[in-house]
Amino acid sequence: MSGVDPAFSRGLTRPRMARSTLARRDALRLLGAAGAAAALSACGVKGQGRRAEAGRDDVREFWSGRSGTGELSWANWPGYMQDDHRTIKAFEKETGITVSYKEVIQETGPWFGKIQAPLAAGQSIGFDLMVMTNGIQLEKCRRLGYLAPLDRSRLPNVAAHAGAAFRNPSYDPGNAFTVPYESGITGIAYNTKYVKEEITSIAQLFDPKYKGRVGMMGDSQELGSFGMFLIGVDPERSTPADWDRAAARLREQRDRGIVRKYYTQDYVDAVSKGEVWLTMAWSGDVYSLAGPDVRFVVPREGGTLWTDNLCIPRTAENPVDALTLMNWLYVPANNAPLTEFVNYITPVPATRQIIVADAARATGEARADLTRLSTSPLVFPSEGDLARLRHYRRLTQAEEVRYQRTFEPIAKGS
Amino acid sequence: MADSAGRTGERGSAGRVRGALAPYLMVLPAGLWLLVFFVVPMVAMVSLSLQTGDLVDGFRQTFHWRNYTDGLHTYGDQFVRSLWYGLLATVACAVLSYPAAYWIAFRGGRGKTAYLMLLLLPYFVSFVLRTVSWKLVLTDDGPVLGPLRGHGILPPGFHVLDTGFAVVSGLTYNFLPFMALPIYVALERIDPRVVEAARDLYAGRAGAFARVVLPLSLPGVFAGVILTFVPASADYVNAEVLGGPGDTMIGNVIQSEYFDNGAYPVASALSFALMAILLLGVFAYARALGTRNVLEAAGR
Repeated sequence: MSGVDPAFSRGLTRPRMARSTLARRDALRLLGAAGAAAALSACGVKGQGRRAEAGRDDVREFWSGRSGTGELSWANWPGYMQDDHRTIKAFEKETGITVSYKEVIQETGPWFGKIQAPLAAGQSIGFDLMVMTNGIQLEKCRRLGYLAPLDRSRLPNVAAHAGAAFRNPSYDPGNAFTVPYESGITGIAYNTKYVKEEITSIAQLFDPKYKGRVGMMGDSQELGSFGMFLIGVDPERSTPADWDRAAARLREQRDRGIVRKYYTQDYVDAVSKGEVWLTMAWSGDVYSLAGPDVRFVVPREGGTLWTDNLCIPRTAENPVDALTLMNWLYVPANNAPLTEFVNYITPVPATRQIIVADAARATGEARADLTRLSTSPLVFPSEGDLARLRHYRRLTQAEEVRYQRTFEPIAKGS
Repeated sequence: MADSAGRTGERGSAGRVRGALAPYLMVLPAGLWLLVFFVVPMVAMVSLSLQTGDLVDGFRQTFHWRNYTDGLHTYGDQFVRSLWYGLLATVACAVLSYPAAYWIAFRGGRGKTAYLMLLLLPYFVSFVLRTVSWKLVLTDDGPVLGPLRGHGILPPGFHVLDTGFAVVSGLTYNFLPFMALPIYVALERIDPRVVEAARDLYAGRAGAFARVVLPLSLPGVFAGVILTFVPASADYVNAEVLGGPGDTMIGNVIQSEYFDNGAYPVASALSFALMAILLLGVFAYARALGTRNVLEAAGR
């Protein structure tokens, strides 16, 4: 600093001081210009599509060099495990794997929203195993290559014990990425304390006498399917014109004030308390979570049969342990206690004999419960029942946009 | 002697150079923060809002302005409703918090801090939890409506939960401190002697309040209105938890377009439309009431 003439420094600094506010504004302007340039040059977000089939090489490449770590983090829906986590404890005891179990999935849409960014970036989502319903979001996960291809050679129990209806499902040919966890039916639950007639039909959800007392589901696949049942269309074979007609009826139902709320999970509570009297509902929820006055029916127009699937995110840190759990759950004796609690349709039909045997051994209330379970058409549906049930519409990417545009705004109030 | 004088001179000018740089240096951390976490994402979002495509095949820049027109057309109701609910909540907040702030500022005495703390205590609980607990309070057979219905005061179909009223109530409750604190600060700064002077000059209690206290506190109210109105209009948690099918706000639409549907361009377009509307509103408001008031309040 000693070589600098003070006058020179002054000359440099004085006018600058005077102009400093202007200069700051210039700096801001510059930032703005840089931003505009960046906006113009940003030409798009890269597509992440991959092959949705898992080749043998893909499987080998993913699994080679991986081994169990003794830890497993599992993301599941509420009500899908005994309150005391008995099944998990049995698994931990038998295999020595420590399981961290979180009920973090409420709805497939928001769940996909949560995991999409990290999976796209190839980062861990903090879970090695997650349960996703067949449908739009699972399809996206497959197409985007977010799921680990399953090594079938490590799933002998699935091969031995999976029911015929659960092998090779249309939404995941050859069980390349998923194995079923439980299946269920979307039907109607109603509270007999308030509803003084028998509910048998979807049309009753549209009855003006239940104004403000009807619950519908916000999920566009569930909602759309019920709209299509109402107009006598099989969702699986529906056309965009059918969607429009169904949406018009659903919108009318909403605008006449018949729908009190579009629910995610909280309809069980609402129908038990009588906030809504009748609502779209999932079969097992009603058995395991709702109050004694709540009854579940499969409407005569049809109900939706869906499957929740175990799958492994490609970025999982402990995929081998996840695979071990999948395989373990397909042992009928391991599966029975879980099915006894969740009351959904198990993909392991041999479970039924065990529940029947458990019922024979049990006494009193437990015996009645188990007997009811083993004979329940909603847990072990007959072939005839299954024939009445329908699946979600499978959608191509272009169809999905059209479908969502049709049904999504209904629950959002427009 | 001359030597030492020279050195002082040198030190002085060096100090001046540093002094000139100081504002930039001090702004640098915040500036960088804003650049990286606000300007850059915002520019990316503007770009995204004009793109077309989908998650699987990627989005491409096509300058698709229809994202804006379609979005505004489809969700016009939600825009209007958001602004309306935001406005109602803001007015309710102002009406509720002014007397409370007034009382604490002028009559609080030594307990001022304690009273302020009491006012803020509920806000130490997480936002979502607070909103959910309102749901428990307002439920059909809950502690409020249950007894009223039991005594036959309410018609059988009456409910509060899942209505617009519940949403506005939730917004009011959740954003109350953003209104109460600026008003309190403005009132607290008023010199009591000014009020005494007004009384000495034969102003009544009402007159002294209307012509002295209220005008002096207005900057606080103005700041509170902005701090409350902007986040309340953009909120989506209250409408999600407490609202019914006819009460969705634009925040709910943006959230589901972005997270559920992966429709990034539409979600971005809606976000920007909302931002533009709110900015225009704030500018108009500042113009109408005088920027000086608003800036002065913000500067406190």
